[in-house]
Amino acid sequence: MLDLIWLLPTYPLLGFLALVLTSGRLPKKIVGIIGAGSVGLSFLTAAIIATQFLAGGEDYFVKEVWAWMAVGSFTPGFSFYLDGLSLVMMLVITGVGFLIHLYATGYMADDPSFSRFFSYMNLFVAAMLMLVLGDNLVLLYLGWEGVGLCSYLLIGFWYTNPANGYAARKAFIVTRVGDTSMAIGLFLLFAQLGTLNIQDVLHAAEAEWAVGSGLAIAAALLLLGGAVGKSAQLPLQTWLPDAMAGPTPISALIHAATMVTAGVYLIARTHILFEIAPSVQLLVAWIGLITVLMAGFIALTQSDIKRILAFSTMSQIGYMFLALGVGAWSAAIFHLMTHAFFKALLFLASGTVILSVHHEQNIFKMGGLRKKLPVSFASFLIGSLALTAFPFTSGYFSKDEILLAALEMDGPGTILWVGGVLGAFLTGIYTFRLFFIVFFGENKGHVPENEVGGIHMNGPLFLLMILSLVGGFIAIPVESVFSHGEVHEEHHVSTLIHGFMIAVPLIGIVISYLFFYAKIFSIEKLMSIPISQTLHRFWFSGWGMDWLYDRLIVFPFLWLSKINKADLIDSFYAFIVKFARASNAMIVRTQTGYIRWYALSIAAGLVVLISIGVLL
Amino acid sequence: MESIPIEHGLILAAILFSIGLIGVLTRRNIVFVLMSLEIMLNASGLAFIVAASRWGHAEGQIMFLMILTLAAAEVAVGLGLIIQMFRRYKTVDINELSEMKG
Amino acid sequence: MILVWLISILFVGGIIAWLSERINPAYPRIIALITVVLDLLLMLSVLGSEPNAGGWIASVNAEWVPRFGISFYLALDGLSVLLILLTGFLGVIAIGSAWDEIKERAGFFYFNLLWTLAGVLGVFTALDLFLFFFFWEVMLIPMYFIIAIWGHENKNYAAMKFFIFTQVTGMLMLVSILMLAYFHLVQIGNLSFDYHDLLRIEMGNQIEMWVMLGFFVAFTTKLPSVPFHSWLPDAHSQAPTAGSVILAGILLKTGAYGLIRFAVPLFPEASLSFAPIAMTLAAISILYCAKVAFAQTDIKRLIAYTSVSHMGFVTLGIYAWNEQALQGAVMTMLAHGLSAAALFMLAGGLQHRIHTREMPDMGGFWVKVPRMAVVALFFSVAALGMPGLGNFVGEFLALLGAFQANIPITVISAFGLILASVYSLWVIQMIFHGEYTDKKIDDSHLTDLNGREMFYFGAMMLGLVWMGMYPQSFLNLSQPVLVELLNNTQSIFAAVVQN
Repeated sequence: MLDLIWLLPTYPLLGFLALVLTSGRLPKKIVGIIGAGSVGLSFLTAAIIATQFLAGGEDYFVKEVWAWMAVGSFTPGFSFYLDGLSLVMMLVITGVGFLIHLYATGYMADDPSFSRFFSYMNLFVAAMLMLVLGDNLVLLYLGWEGVGLCSYLLIGFWYTNPANGYAARKAFIVTRVGDTSMAIGLFLLFAQLGTLNIQDVLHAAEAEWAVGSGLAIAAALLLLGGAVGKSAQLPLQTWLPDAMAGPTPISALIHAATMVTAGVYLIARTHILFEIAPSVQLLVAWIGLITVLMAGFIALTQSDIKRILAFSTMSQIGYMFLALGVGAWSAAIFHLMTHAFFKALLFLASGTVILSVHHEQNIFKMGGLRKKLPVSFASFLIGSLALTAFPFTSGYFSKDEILLAALEMDGPGTILWVGGVLGAFLTGIYTFRLFFIVFFGENKGHVPENEVGGIHMNGPLFLLMILSLVGGFIAIPVESVFSHGEVHEEHHVSTLIHGFMIAVPLIGIVISYLFFYAKIFSIEKLMSIPISQTLHRFWFSGWGMDWLYDRLIVFPFLWLSKINKADLIDSFYAFIVKFARASNAMIVRTQTGYIRWYALSIAAGLVVLISIGVLL
Repeated sequence: MESIPIEHGLILAAILFSIGLIGVLTRRNIVFVLMSLEIMLNASGLAFIVAASRWGHAEGQIMFLMILTLAAAEVAVGLGLIIQMFRRYKTVDINELSEMKG
Repeated sequence: MILVWLISILFVGGIIAWLSERINPAYPRIIALITVVLDLLLMLSVLGSEPNAGGWIASVNAEWVPRFGISFYLALDGLSVLLILLTGFLGVIAIGSAWDEIKERAGFFYFNLLWTLAGVLGVFTALDLFLFFFFWEVMLIPMYFIIAIWGHENKNYAAMKFFIFTQVTGMLMLVSILMLAYFHLVQIGNLSFDYHDLLRIEMGNQIEMWVMLGFFVAFTTKLPSVPFHSWLPDAHSQAPTAGSVILAGILLKTGAYGLIRFAVPLFPEASLSFAPIAMTLAAISILYCAKVAFAQTDIKRLIAYTSVSHMGFVTLGIYAWNEQALQGAVMTMLAHGLSAAALFMLAGGLQHRIHTREMPDMGGFWVKVPRMAVVALFFSVAALGMPGLGNFVGEFLALLGAFQANIPITVISAFGLILASVYSLWVIQMIFHGEYTDKKIDDSHLTDLNGREMFYFGAMMLGLVWMGMYPQSFLNLSQPVLVELLNNTQSIFAAVVQN
């Protein structure tokens, strides 16, 4: 049965092909069955494979399907590698992916491009599975680019609006910057180690490179470049909020649960490389922490429901990076999984809200939706609690592990811990700000008649609610993968500090409650202070990063293109032509048409020649 | 037999040639231009004859015969062209015929 | 003998196509199609045969002008097979793209088309340098007519520019070829234009560099590479679609083929010392032309500049001169042959339908022509180097190999991957995305791709997927040839490095 692992990406790929080749001629019902069914089949297969694999007790399993190419010593194959890490990833992708597909059959039911939507979605799942199952970095890169392409296609799904096209291109190009860095990293690894098979690379790197050597640092940095691009971390984070232009199930699947966590997966997968480059690993932690805080502050000021969730995603992935940076590999993957549950839940629930209020996304035009939208309310409540790490929800366990790991780290661990706790505090505030504004108070815009739903849409929500609540009790089988360098086995932290950690997000929730529910503190009063206005503007614009990049990169590039549309080099050849024409114009004057003039010049020439001959 | 010194013959040829050249360069009537050309041809013919008699070779005379035929042919073609030209342009002034300028 | 057949079928077919126009104007295209399909079948029949000891699958060597050591020497190895198959395949596609477009003087058009193809086949198989030069010119002149007669508004300028660029640099190559033959006369005692004879020539460093440059300039003009690229945008924007297909798909590849077959093996030492400059030019081509491409509003000019950019990867791979890089160059040649030809066909199809190439006049076409949009998306994505499609294999291998030869230039060139996504997606945005509103254009003929077009594009898509998912079937053919070339130069390089 393990041999059938190649079926995992094949089902959605076949679904994609079927939908593309029939190009919208199938009835929606059948499209839905193919689209969601193929992923469902994948999930079933994945579940069976997972049980067998875990029962078998092997550390890993490799299945080569066919040799991709063999050029000299460069021999990547289409081969799949299964171990605890890819097992978790594959179950999350197919499982959460299936739920989101199911939800989407309801959410997208009225869209004329229903079939196109599911073809892209299926292609995405296939590519994502390639990414996590590939046993070599080239196959991983194939999935990596494939998910980027699908992300582009799905963000720009409603292509008639140029703004969506812009967001889609921005997402693709910004991540491509990271991808290119990663590609260079692959070149470096191959040039130095002579292979791109992940396990071989890791073993060779460990054997050949000293800890902290230049090559190790360069390789880890280049891979990190790819990871920050895909996972929307500083400094390549600007594409994620704009990516919310896509349909909401996309935001749930690609921009919350799976694709954006690919960077975390990459670093976890190549963690040995980062261990022998400690400075880069520390950089990962700092990038994570800064992103946690930056995104947290931005989320405080946003008014678009999906953008708030997008910044929250960015911030939560920051936690995963923080975990990776402090060497808590399994905590990062654990948080990746729980985050996939509760963030998918939040996004899908926000989809229901948005549909119910007729495509309104501004939270200040909602309000009081608690009664009208009970399922969304429940989903948001559970999702928000998990997101803020409310005790015994799934998010609590994973975030707790990350912060404890940071605390126990030597050196800058304490600062990282303080930052992480501050981030958790911010999470409490912005999450419940959204929650209170949307579901409590008075309605200030559309009053929904009834909640959009049905079993397609509510079923996945219920399942995700359960997973968000109890997902923390799932034990992920990644010990064998990280046994090598896992730092933390048992945590020895005083109950006081632990209690403090639990309390901080709750304080955030309380503050949010006082501001946005009880209205004991007034947000208007706070905003009347000049400094908070400035800060608000600054945070609202995402710390001005878009502004900065526009001026540093985009505008100069556009300007250069504009001034050189006619191609500078061509003007050199144009100069040759002009020169030839000018000399022609000069010589042509001697052609007067008078025979006598010609005869005279012949005679004169003759005289000159003869006299030269005579004189010499 | 007292022979004419070669210099005299050559000087005569040179003078004839110059007269012809000046005629070609200054006359505007194409008939005169053609006649001047004949003078130049004859000048070169004369030079050949003189040289031939100086060296006692027959080649010079052969060359002169060739020049003679050439001149005859040239006059035939040239006059034919002049008649054509006169018919088409109603003029024998060569300055009127400067269409082939750049 | 089969090689003579391959080429003469095209020559004869061209003449018959021309003459048949008098009987019925619809005949030339049918005859041309039959001729090329016949040729393609003949090429496929070669595939099965085993190469002989020297690695040649088929060869013919007859005396031509024995007094000057010129022979009629054609030979086929794995590298040539790949390229003549590409030629045959794109030949069929080009005739398909001209099927409805060329109405005037169709007989002469197909005559020129077939003769160009014949010239290209000759270039890909000739192993006598004089013969090579002969075919080099044979493919040039009919192409000139194709642009000059059936081109668009500015065709005379473009055709003349194309002709002068290729002719002048071709002359430089002729001088270099004659120099080689002369050196053979001096050293061995007789004139020879035979490739194998000339490989043994020894020259002084200085003179070798100059002779090599003659070849290099001719080949990089054809390729093209900065700074000899500026004929290409004009030629492409003015050429009829079939002309663009042949030009981008095949003719450019003759330049790359020449570099691999002649420029480096004949002058290994000069090439080694010249490699950094060539690779720098390649990097400039990649980045500079990608940037210029982005600025274009004329869709064909844009694709032409992207061609230059992609060909930069080929130059980069060739001058890195190791197995991965060379295989990458070869794969890029094949994959770009398909993807660029397809993009030009799409652009030509659009121009045929709405009579403009200006992208700002377009927009929102997805609604009107969804099939065309999907096809365009596929080939744009292929062009930007999506893994799983042929272009990725080529460019990735080229960069992977180049990295081992020259790290800074490879890193700089890799930024071309980013710029490729910038312009590719911009094209899709400009033409297909956005709202379909009233345009300045006449859209009454804006119809979706018909069955015949879908068939051609489908075949090219399959080709790209095949190249991307199982490139081994192509790599296996070129591998022995490239390894042989590498081995031949290895010892010389080693000697140079030691000194």
